[in-house]
Amino acid sequence: MVKSMSDDYQPKIIALVCNWCTYTAADLAGTSRLCYPSNIRMIRMMCTGMIDPKYILKAFLDGADGVFIGGCHPGDCHYINGNLKFKKRMAGIEAIISQFGFEEDRLRLRWIGASEGPEFQHNMTDFIQTIQNMGPSPAKGLMVL
Amino acid sequence: MTTQNKPKIGVYICHCGMNIAPKVDVEEVARYIQELDHVTVARDYKFMCSNPGQDMIINDIKELGLNRVVVASCSPRMHEKTFRNAVRTAGLNPYYFQMANIREQVSWVTKDSQEATEKAKSMVAAAVARVFFHQPLDTREVTVAKSVLVIGGGIAGMQAALTSANAGYQVSLVEREPSIGGHMAKFDKTFPTLDCAACIMTPKMVDVLQHPGITLYTWSEVEKVEGFIGNFEVTVKKKPRYVDEKKCTGCGTCMQKCPTKKILSEFNEGLSFRTAIYTPFPQAVPNVPVIDATHCRVLGQNKKCGVCAKFCETKAIDFDQKPEFVTLKIGAIITATGFQAVNPTSLEQYGYGRFPEVYTSMEFERLNNATGPTSGKVLMKNGMVPKRVAIIHCVGSRDTRHKKYCSRVCCMYSMKFAHLLREKTGAEVWEFYIDIRSPGKLYEEFYNRVQEEGVRFIRGRVAEITDMVEDPGDEGRLTVIAESTLTRRTVRVPVDMVVLSVGLEPARGSEDIGRLLGLSRDGDGWFNELHAKLAPLATPINGIFLAGCCQGPKDIPDTVAQAMGAAGEAIALLAKGIVTTQAEISRIDPDLCSGCKSCIESCTYSAIRFDEARKVAVVNEALCMGCGSCAAACPSSAAGVKHFTDKQVMGEIEALLM
Ligand SMILES: Cc1cc2nc3c(=O)[nH]c(=O)nc-3n(C[C@H](O)[C@H](O)[C@H](O)COP(=O)(O)OP(=O)(O)OC[C@H]3O[C@@H](n4cnc5c(N)ncnc54)[C@H](O)[C@@H]3O)c2cc1C
Ligand code: FES
Repeated sequence: MVKSMSDDYQPKIIALVCNWCTYTAADLAGTSRLCYPSNIRMIRMMCTGMIDPKYILKAFLDGADGVFIGGCHPGDCHYINGNLKFKKRMAGIEAIISQFGFEEDRLRLRWIGASEGPEFQHNMTDFIQTIQNMGPSPAKGLMVL
Repeated sequence: MTTQNKPKIGVYICHCGMNIAPKVDVEEVARYIQELDHVTVARDYKFMCSNPGQDMIINDIKELGLNRVVVASCSPRMHEKTFRNAVRTAGLNPYYFQMANIREQVSWVTKDSQEATEKAKSMVAAAVARVFFHQPLDTREVTVAKSVLVIGGGIAGMQAALTSANAGYQVSLVEREPSIGGHMAKFDKTFPTLDCAACIMTPKMVDVLQHPGITLYTWSEVEKVEGFIGNFEVTVKKKPRYVDEKKCTGCGTCMQKCPTKKILSEFNEGLSFRTAIYTPFPQAVPNVPVIDATHCRVLGQNKKCGVCAKFCETKAIDFDQKPEFVTLKIGAIITATGFQAVNPTSLEQYGYGRFPEVYTSMEFERLNNATGPTSGKVLMKNGMVPKRVAIIHCVGSRDTRHKKYCSRVCCMYSMKFAHLLREKTGAEVWEFYIDIRSPGKLYEEFYNRVQEEGVRFIRGRVAEITDMVEDPGDEGRLTVIAESTLTRRTVRVPVDMVVLSVGLEPARGSEDIGRLLGLSRDGDGWFNELHAKLAPLATPINGIFLAGCCQGPKDIPDTVAQAMGAAGEAIALLAKGIVTTQAEISRIDPDLCSGCKSCIESCTYSAIRFDEARKVAVVNEALCMGCGSCAAACPSSAAGVKHFTDKQVMGEIEALLM
C-alpha cells in the first residue's frame, strides 16, 4: 500500500504504555472526563521494560508520526526497575530510528503515575502538538510497505 | 486444534448505557467490524457486562462455533476478568479474548462524536487483529509445603515463628548466634513504657523453645536456598557447638571450670569477659553452651586442656563435632535478620576508642542492665558514679557523609537513657540533638516527662569531644563542644561520661542473605519490600517476606506488628495450600536461544537459570512475574512473554495504523 500525504494532516500516534501506571492514568483521565485529541492509539503493555525496540520501529515504518512511551516513575515500576531498563535502551532506540530517517523527537518517553490523570491529558495534548508542528513522518508518501 | 486453525471471531460493542453509545456510533462500529476478515459476528448491546450480555457471548460461542471473542466496552482493568470467565464458561480458553477500551479511552475523552467513532473503529479492529494471534494459555497449580522458615531470631523472628506455629504450621527458626533474642535481649528497659525487657523477652524465648511447632536451629546459618514459592528447598548449616545438645543439662559447670577466662564478651559489648566455653548470657535459649574454637586451648591452640570435658557429668563435650547440614522443605520464608549498631570509631570527633568514658548506646544498654557487667549500676571505669553525662543523638545518622537516614529509635532510646540515669544516679544529663523525633503512641508524652525530670536539651550537632578542660577543677573529665542552634552560641560542657546514640545499619552478612534469597537491597543496604504502601512485608520474590529491622530501622512495637503481619502473609499462603502460576509469563525458545545469558542478567526475580547441559536459558515458571525484561533484552528473539508475543503486539500496531 502506498500512503500519500494529505493536506489536512492528522498525525497518527502510537502510545505504548505500562498497565500499572500510565494505562491506569489514562483510565483516570477517562473517569475524570479530561478530553484530549483523538489521534492517540494506545497499546497496553505490562511494563515499559517489555517494550522491544522493534515495536517502535515497526510503528514508525507502518506510518506512525510519533511514538509515545509511558511508564511508572522511577521507583514505582510494578516490576521494580523495568522502566529504568527501558530508559537505558532509549539512546540506542533513538539511534536506530534516526538511521531510518525518523527524527528523535518523534519518540518520547515520559513517566506518568497511576494517579496522574491530568498529567496524562497534558502529555498527550503536548505530544500531539509537537508532532503536529513537526509535520508528517518521512515514512508517509515514501515507504512502500 | 481445528477450532484454533480457522479463527472465527465474535465482536461485541457495548453501549454502556449512555456512556459509550451516544458519543460513539456503536451500530456504525459494528457494521464496520462485521466486514473485517475472520469476523463471524459483530453485535452491539446495551450492557455487555450484564447477565444477558454475557449470555449473548456464551450462546454465540456455542451456536456459531466462535473461537475468539472481542468485547469493546470499558477498561480491561474493570471487566477483563468478567468476560474471560464468560468465555471460559462457554468452554473456550479464556485467553482467546481481547478487550478494546472504548469508554475510558474514547467516549469519555473525545469531544467530537465522529472522531470518537473513528477512534473506536480503529481500536476494535486492532483488538480483532490481536486476538487472531492469541493462543490458549494455562495456569498451573502447585502445592505448597506447609512449613515456614524464619531467618534471624531477634524479637521479629521469634514473633513471626510463634504466630506461624500457633496457626498450626511447622516452623524452622535459624539464628546464627548461640542464643535467640537479638538486640532486645540486651536491653533492661524499653521506651516509652519503661517496661522490663527481660520480663517480656525471657518467657517469649522459652515459648519459642518449647513450642511443638518450632524447630530451633541456633548457632546455625542458611547455606543454600533453591526452588520457589511454596516449594523452597533450604539447606541449614549447624555450626559445631562442640557440645551435644541432647546430653547437655545446662548446669554450667564447664563454664565455671574453663581456664580460658579473658575473652571479651560479645553480649556485654566487650565490657566484661567470658570463657571459651560459654553461653552468651545466663538466660540464653537454648541453655546449651558453645565452645569458641578460636580461643579454646584444645580446638584453637592444640594444647592439652579438656577441663570442661573432664567435669561434664553427662559427657556432652565433643571436640570432634563437625558441621551438620539439614535440608528443609519450606513453603514460605520470613527474613528477620535485623540490624547492627553503627561503630562510631571512624567518627573521630567523638573520641570513641580514645576516651574510656565514651560509650556507644549498646554498651550503655549493658552498663545499665541488671544482668550486665556492673549488675545494672551505672559506673565509670574507675568505679565512680558519673555526676554529669552527655548523650549525643544521631551519631552517624542524618549525615550526608555517613548514614543519611534517620535511625528512628535514637531520640527515643536517648531519652530512655536520660530517664534511667536521672533515676539511678541522679546525674545531670545533657542531651545534644538535631531535632527530637517522637512520633509514636505515648512518645511525645515521654519526651515531656523527661524534660520535666530536669534533663537539659541542647539543639545542635556536637563538634568535638575532648579531654582538654578549661577549668583545672574539671581535670580528668571530658568536654563536649557544640554549637547551640537555638542560642547561636558555642557551649562547652564538662562531663564524666558520654553516650553516643549511634545509628542503625543492616546486620553484617545481609548482602549474603540477600544473594541467597534473591532479595534486592536499597541504597543503604536494607531489604526492599515489594511496595512501600501496598505490599510492605512482601518482597519481589514470591513467598519471601520481611519482618523487623532488616527492612529498615524501627522500634519494637513496629517490629512486632510487622512480624505478625509477615507471619499472616505466610499463613495466608500456606492455608490456601496451592499457588496458581500466572499464565502471562516468559518463555524461552530453546531452538532460538544462543545461550548468551542476557536474559539472566536482566531478570529482577532470579527466575531464569542456565541449563548447562543444553546450553540454553530456562524460565522457572513459578518465579517469573511476566515483566518481559528478558524478552526485550534477548538479542535472538528467543525470549517472549506469553500473551504479549511479537505477533500479537505488532499485529495490534499494524491494525491501529491502517
Ligand atoms: C541502643 C538501642 C536501644 C533500643 N531501645 C529500644 C527501646 O527501648 N524500645 C524499642 O521499642 N526499641 C528499641 N530499640 C530498637 C530495637 O532494638 C529494635 O526494634 C529490635 O531489636 C528489632 O528487632 P529485630 O528482630 O528486627 O532485629 P535484631 O534484634 O537485630 O535481631 C536480628 C536477629 O537475627 C540474627 N541474624 C542476623 N543475620 C542473620 C543470619 N544471616 N542468619 C541467621 N541469623 C541472623 C541476629 O543474630 C539477631 O538475633 C533500640 C535499639 C538500640 C540500638
Ligand atoms: S510497570 Fe510501569 S514501567 Fe514497569
